[in-house]
Amino acid sequence: MQIELTSDALTLTGELNHHTVPDAAKEISRLFKEGTISKIDLGELTMIDSAGVAFLDEMHLKLSEYSKEQIFQKVPAKIQAMIDTYSTLELPLVEKPPKMGFFEQVGDSLLNSYNELVKALTLAAEIFYYSGVGLFSRKDQRRGSLLQQAAQLGSEALPIVALLSLIIGFILALQSGVQLKNFGANVFIADLLSITMVREMAPLITAIIVAGRSGSAIASEIATMEVTEEIDALKMMALNPIAYVVVPKFHAITIVMPLLVMFSIIVSILGGAFIAIGMLDIAPHTFFTRAIDIITIKDLIVTFSKSIWFAWVIVIIGSYYGFQVKGGAEGVGKATTAAVVSSIFAVILFDAVFSLLYL
Amino acid sequence: MKELKPVIEIRNMVAKYGTKTILSDINVDILPQEITVILGGSGSGKTTLLKNMLRLYEPAAGSVKFWGEDILTMDENAFNEVLKKTGMLFQSGALLNSISLYENISIPLEMHTQLSAKVRDRMIRVKLSLVGLSNAMYQFPSELSGGMKKRAALARAMAMDPPLLFCDEPSAGLDPITSASLDELILSLKEQFKMTIVIVTHELASIHRIADKIIFLDSGTMLFYGTLDEAKTAKIPQIDHFFEVGKF
Ligand SMILES: Nc1ncnc2c1ncn2[C@@H]1O[C@H](COP(=O)(O)OP(=O)(O)OP(=O)(O)O)[C@@H](O)[C@H]1O
Ligand SMILES: [Mg+2]
Repeated sequence: MQIELTSDALTLTGELNHHTVPDAAKEISRLFKEGTISKIDLGELTMIDSAGVAFLDEMHLKLSEYSKEQIFQKVPAKIQAMIDTYSTLELPLVEKPPKMGFFEQVGDSLLNSYNELVKALTLAAEIFYYSGVGLFSRKDQRRGSLLQQAAQLGSEALPIVALLSLIIGFILALQSGVQLKNFGANVFIADLLSITMVREMAPLITAIIVAGRSGSAIASEIATMEVTEEIDALKMMALNPIAYVVVPKFHAITIVMPLLVMFSIIVSILGGAFIAIGMLDIAPHTFFTRAIDIITIKDLIVTFSKSIWFAWVIVIIGSYYGFQVKGGAEGVGKATTAAVVSSIFAVILFDAVFSLLYL
Repeated sequence: MKELKPVIEIRNMVAKYGTKTILSDINVDILPQEITVILGGSGSGKTTLLKNMLRLYEPAAGSVKFWGEDILTMDENAFNEVLKKTGMLFQSGALLNSISLYENISIPLEMHTQLSAKVRDRMIRVKLSLVGLSNAMYQFPSELSGGMKKRAALARAMAMDPPLLFCDEPSAGLDPITSASLDELILSLKEQFKMTIVIVTHELASIHRIADKIIFLDSGTMLFYGTLDEAKTAKIPQIDHFFEVGKF
């Protein structure tokens, strides 16, 4: 690309494309400082692309501010055809959608959260309704889906629940054992461990693991079905998506969650027993009788009903974000993350409420 | 006229997914400024052929040359230079979902050129207006219809004014009028910008409007490669059937 300035005419020779435009632009803005340019000779231009035309458009705008002459001179027919196709001078400008102001944004997000809450509660009500109905009539559910879901949810969570419970029982016994020993109160390790795990830790860690494993799976499964129009397809087959997709999971998790909590309690107390028996010299018989005797029926009822609540919260939040998905495949990822974060948050919040109610 | 050097030369190409052979013995010479249409029934391997000649999948055997250089053996940098001169319109559109249409088309320009923002802006706007999407410029891909995604994807494929363009079913899902105007656009890309274009399409009307050469695939073998007229007089039953059934 060669650029020459003679009197007030600029001559462009060679190819004007996205490789040569940046340098040409620099050269021409330098020439602008040296003298006036009122027309551009394109007679020697051999090739032009959309970058070149866009650049010529910019030049045209600039020169037509003051130049009275025909701005592009001796344009070869080929080049003129390209300019006709690629010129944007005549294109109507499309307004960028305006950005919202601060107060608008705050108001908007408040309204949105309100609407979302209403939607989530509506969905929760629907899920409860169809799950209730689904107990008596298996219409809209695949045969065998409950067992399959239960097996899947349970087996997904079991190993990690076992491992974490064992370690937590271990740590709890170790930390408190050292303190209790100072007071000669070794035996109370059994009471302490049993109460902490049954009332608090077991339901909470199980719920957090299930939220991470199964809550995310529920959200991403439903979100994928939503973006690939599978949910619409179900509706068109006269199947209720909630009854078909959510209810089996809801029933399954209601059964599996208390079992997982039970399992977590047992494993963690076994983990604590290692420390108690091995390091604190407590007789196995004493340890286990104390650990069992301290637990009341009320404790167990509260724990299991609480874990069922957690399970429901996880399913409802997972399905909510799944059904709410926006955008394509990347929406699925966002929905999944949001579901996990919110359900862990909700589980901890519910746990606090339960603790206050049944102290 | 002097002998033209082919833009794309494919020799004895074999394409597989795993151990399943999808295409065998493909030999093609695509000349500059030619529109080559790949034809064949659904599942006959058209997309597979496109992807293998672009090294998106590595062909199991054979060679593929672009502008005389073997792209299968060249290094990453050299291949990237080839890619910058090549546009691809995917069957599903394959727009980036997290950014607007405008940004989708802006990306290759921002990453690969030193052009100023004003020049880029004009280039993006003209490409979108050529495919009739000026008004959807700031929308996101998930807010577009299937046909609009196709057109947007074509605009992105044209972003860098590539001399070589591949299109996988550009007009599937478009109404006949939009489809015809897309054909116009493709023809003018060929004539004005001297582009070489490879297209997969099923639309008979479209084939008659644009095709210079035809590759006809039938369950993994290339039954025919030549001009449209030759195809019709070659008396190959599958091809005759294809054109016969599609007529109305
Ligand atoms: N990722 C894959 N893995 C295994 N086999 C595949 C894969 N993609 C395609 N195939 C197989 O390769 C064959 C050719 O597929 P291809 O997508 O190339 O067809 P096509 O001609 O483009 O069809 P259509 O017109 O429906 O798009 C089909 O038999 C298909 O089952
Ligand atoms: Mg295909």
